[in-house]
Amino acid sequence: MTTRRTPGLGRDLLDEHTTSFADLLARVAPAALPAQRAPGSADLAPTATTIVSLATPHAVVMAGDRRATMGSTIAQRDIEKVFGADEYSLIGIAGSAGLAVEMVRLFRVELEHYEKLERVPLSLDGKANRLSALIRGNLALALQGFVVVPILAGWDLDRGLARIFSYDATGGRYEESHFFAVGSGSAYARGALKKLYRPDFSIPDAVTAAVQSLIDAADDDAATGGPDLARGIFPVVWAASAEGVERIPDAAVGRAVEAVVAARRGRPDGPGAPLL
Amino acid sequence: MTVPFYVAPEQLMKDRADYARSGIARGRSVIALRYLDGICLVAENRSAALFKVSEIYDRIGFAAVGRYNEFENLRIAGIRHADLRGFSYDRRDVTALGLANAYAQLLGTIFSAGGEKPYEVELVVAEVGETPAGDQLYRITYDGSIADETEVAVIGGSADRIATTVAAGSDPAQSLSAAVRLAVAALSTTSPLGVDALEVAVLDRTRLQSRKFRRLADGELGELLAGSAPTPRRRRSRAPERGSDATGSAVRAES
Repeated sequence: MTTRRTPGLGRDLLDEHTTSFADLLARVAPAALPAQRAPGSADLAPTATTIVSLATPHAVVMAGDRRATMGSTIAQRDIEKVFGADEYSLIGIAGSAGLAVEMVRLFRVELEHYEKLERVPLSLDGKANRLSALIRGNLALALQGFVVVPILAGWDLDRGLARIFSYDATGGRYEESHFFAVGSGSAYARGALKKLYRPDFSIPDAVTAAVQSLIDAADDDAATGGPDLARGIFPVVWAASAEGVERIPDAAVGRAVEAVVAARRGRPDGPGAPLL
Repeated sequence: MTVPFYVAPEQLMKDRADYARSGIARGRSVIALRYLDGICLVAENRSAALFKVSEIYDRIGFAAVGRYNEFENLRIAGIRHADLRGFSYDRRDVTALGLANAYAQLLGTIFSAGGEKPYEVELVVAEVGETPAGDQLYRITYDGSIADETEVAVIGGSADRIATTVAAGSDPAQSLSAAVRLAVAALSTTSPLGVDALEVAVLDRTRLQSRKFRRLADGELGELLAGSAPTPRRRRSRAPERGSDATGSAVRAES
């Protein structure tokens, strides 16, 4: 077993040339990397499920359900899977929960580390590429079943628009247009968004559409949790715009959830779309 | 056969100290002083690209004088050290005292190692607390000594003269505007220093973000120097771990 060493401020830190925190960690404290920490079987670890993201003209919205499962057991009913990665980008994660949360932590430090060293933040494409590298570092574990599937969305300050990036387990990076979903319930969520999405959404519209799609995912996917009205557990929703990232308060998400649930009392499958 | 030339250790250390001290005294000064809502770091710096004052971690700022490449290396090593610590343990476990000790160890080792020249730098590591009682200021010299300052730390140039002036007029409950004006007056020798010749940043405990370091833009600095209280710039962002370094914002605004 490897012990984790916390390095002092020695000559090794003066002699490094990298601006990447993950590369630094790999050299001076490799045991602290998430990918070095989880041998064994994927059945041991809880799995986190559906994340959706939608681009609007002035912001990008990302929402995730709150369930983590281990086999057929609900491991946690209020897990958070969507985070502000930095001032202008959001990251959501599906897959092996423990590793994924560690990877988000590493990614946030990675972005902040670069920004502090270089005194300018990375471009959105730069952030997307760094995330690719982190996922690629996890490939050996992905092959054992510990797959981490993130989704990155952010406001591109240079181009003034919302962008969404999806990833595969090998670190392949794909830019998505308009909306995307990842995780076990993503097929159902994406189906819902296909019918609901409009390019001119306001942020509250996008929040409502995200809630609709997550409820549809929870309807058909056992690993995705629907909103829990009794406990007041609602999807975690973040928005990123030119003014920065912001978590949509639970009260606002709760109102959207209640409106959606009320409408579904009349039509349990959600709003109908025109046939043509 | 040549007889090795003997130099007494006292003389050797004195020579190295004189060398480092003269390099540091040539530069311009940096002042770190406390105000009501945190700590402000004020430097005389005519360059808009080469900084003397920087962010290290959520609550920790860094100021340096002396040889640029040396303190820039120390700044980067400090950020690496802090980020490694924060990632291995928790963000709250990164402290100014820990960082100041690490710098002292490194500078002390370099100073007494025979093989290389001593670093010609002097540093301030500042940490803003949740309350004024938690504010900390450490001054670290070229040979690795640490001084724990209560209200004001001055490094570089005529540090002693400026420290006396600032300490006499400083009050930890002063406003940011008063603190900046006091520091600028102490730094100004002939004519008062203008916004162009100053680099000012604050560690502001009232910032909503966990990153408390903020560089003051020229406009805001001008207002502070004029004595009018500028309107606080609160972003609506509620990102738990991130703040905006005003440097970054400025670069983005230009692009």
